[in-house]
Amino acid sequence: MTEAHQSGITGIYPKEIAADNYYYVRSCIRQNFFPGSETAFLKIMRNVLGKNIYDDAVHTTCTGIGYHSDIVPFETIQTVVARQFALMTEKGFENLAVSCVTSFGIYCEIVETWKNFPEELDKARVNLKKATGREFEIPRNIAHASDIIYKFRREIAKEAKYSLVNCLTGEPLNLVEHIGCHYAKMFPEMGVGGAEFTSVLSSMIEIWGGAVVDYPERRHCCGFGFRQYLIQANRGYSISNSRKKFESMEPYHPDAVICNCPGCTMFMDRWQYVIAEMENKTYGQGGRGIPVLTYEELAGLVLGYDPWDLGLQMHQVNSEPFLDKLGIRYIPSQKYSGKDGKIMAGPVIPACIK
Amino acid sequence: MKSVVIIGGGVAGIETASALSDFGHNVVLVEKTDSIGGKVLKWDHLFPDLKSASELENYLDIKCREGNFAIQKNTTIAQASQSNGKWMLRTDNNRVIETDAIVVATGYEVFDASRKEEYGYNIYDNVITSVDLEERLKSGKTITTRAGYLPEKIGIIHCVGSRDEKSGNHYCSKVCCITGVKQSIELHKLLPEAEIYCFYMDLRMYGQYYEELYREAQEMHKIQFIRGRLSEVSENIDKRLLIKAEDTLSGRPLKMSVDLLVLLVGMEPGKGTKSMAGICGLETGKDGFLKTSDMHFGNNKTGKKGIFLAGSCIGPMSINDTISNARSAALEVHNYLQTK
Repeated sequence: MTEAHQSGITGIYPKEIAADNYYYVRSCIRQNFFPGSETAFLKIMRNVLGKNIYDDAVHTTCTGIGYHSDIVPFETIQTVVARQFALMTEKGFENLAVSCVTSFGIYCEIVETWKNFPEELDKARVNLKKATGREFEIPRNIAHASDIIYKFRREIAKEAKYSLVNCLTGEPLNLVEHIGCHYAKMFPEMGVGGAEFTSVLSSMIEIWGGAVVDYPERRHCCGFGFRQYLIQANRGYSISNSRKKFESMEPYHPDAVICNCPGCTMFMDRWQYVIAEMENKTYGQGGRGIPVLTYEELAGLVLGYDPWDLGLQMHQVNSEPFLDKLGIRYIPSQKYSGKDGKIMAGPVIPACIK
Repeated sequence: MKSVVIIGGGVAGIETASALSDFGHNVVLVEKTDSIGGKVLKWDHLFPDLKSASELENYLDIKCREGNFAIQKNTTIAQASQSNGKWMLRTDNNRVIETDAIVVATGYEVFDASRKEEYGYNIYDNVITSVDLEERLKSGKTITTRAGYLPEKIGIIHCVGSRDEKSGNHYCSKVCCITGVKQSIELHKLLPEAEIYCFYMDLRMYGQYYEELYREAQEMHKIQFIRGRLSEVSENIDKRLLIKAEDTLSGRPLKMSVDLLVLLVGMEPGKGTKSMAGICGLETGKDGFLKTSDMHFGNNKTGKKGIFLAGSCIGPMSINDTISNARSAALEVHNYLQTK
């Protein structure tokens, strides 16, 4: 696809993204599995972009995973979301910045429900008032955190210490971008570029010097799919979806996969190890997997942050081959060093994937 | 002598103008472009008898040359007003035409396939529309992929922009099914080694000899018809197109790589049709086409006295239906003028 085609499609979905003053809601999966990502995002927002963003210690999970597993009823999740909005209102913010793609879909779905069924909004107000005594305003703007990085991708490029170019060959690195299903497949107008050719990540990759891989299963689900994974008997379905994607992208020799959804990052990272165990198959070069990064980690690397501060040691697939291609200097021995300088015990290195 | 202005110089406009001038009325045909004939000028062969579209062109050409009506090309109507039983039309070049009756024959526009982003039109090299294919067939050039290879496998996708919630068109465009059958036969004749697959929801062979052509496609040309709507198209590393669909008869998802994909694009109300609705205060139906005063008994009349409709500004129509509809419009107008 040419750049003109992509910009034409992006132009059909002109998403409004607030320019400053955000109330940040974190992600259960991202902060547990890739904790450096959210820290890096806040650092970029405050220190590089000079934005006002509020990280609230008292907000909770959106309960989205429970909702999509039919454990949390719709009324309950509406009340939980109403509480997040109440906290935002109390802190004097109108713009919600959402870390998780599942949560982003939840917020969009509930606000859309309230637009179409005002009686549900009335019920949520009553339930929240009864339960907590709080009141709330609906956010003026809801953006996924990747939308915000997309909005300021040029500013980040200006501050970049590294570009997404193979330092040995001078060629752009081949990056697969994977968009979480709940980012734009439910509400295409809420995603940059819509649902089919979403450009929120591809625009970042291109402006930071990389090349985007357009492979046949680009839009396919990562395999998480809530029930596919959460119900143990369905996990074969989950991993077969991930495998389908890796098989499809393999001929393009991607240097890394970049995701905006924390669930996708986790599954595309972890399932590579499982596939290696099950089938003795790895998709990267030399028996390695393909590194899978969050967009915050990618932005952090471009800005010259230390890979271990970004938390890349938390990934199943080792990211060192990608760092080497970028020409990023890092201290291998510090990979499992704690913040106090003590070396933590490293993980058991599997034999099936290097 | 009564006067009539026909707006639109396609099949419907020319046929109506010709018939009304035969009735002895003073007819002016207004066409926005610099050529007469409309979209059929791009067609190669017509269904269901596969006659050359040049025969239709000749037919229309003779009507224009020998008909006793004036043609004003490069002209659009900017304003319309009514006074003392007459309509006053102001053109974009500020000319005023006074007339007893108006026939709107502004036709349709082809659905813009790039709106169905998941089908990859204007994105992937080897995704084309039925209109593009018709132009290629008319040019007489060999049908190849963009890279110049003869396609070995061809997919033809029905209902692109028709009967489709996403594109906002719930109606059936009527002519795409038979166009797909016709084009698949033409492709088979040109590329006998190629495998050709049509993906359809329903095959609506409503016209005379359509069903027979569909049977011929299967029996004589080995065209494979698969009941299932396409979900998405993507490009393989070798530039072949990977298509995903569901075969709803076998109840299984299906993946196939093809060298060329043809999207059978439907009809939408044209810009001229929408513009005339605004200028003349004409009602449109829920499909966006111009609404007739009665579906059964007033198929060429509008709610505005002295304004009539002809052809596919009313809704999707084949060329046969358009010609019949234009003739009935001419009769309606003639009857109306007799009473004035």
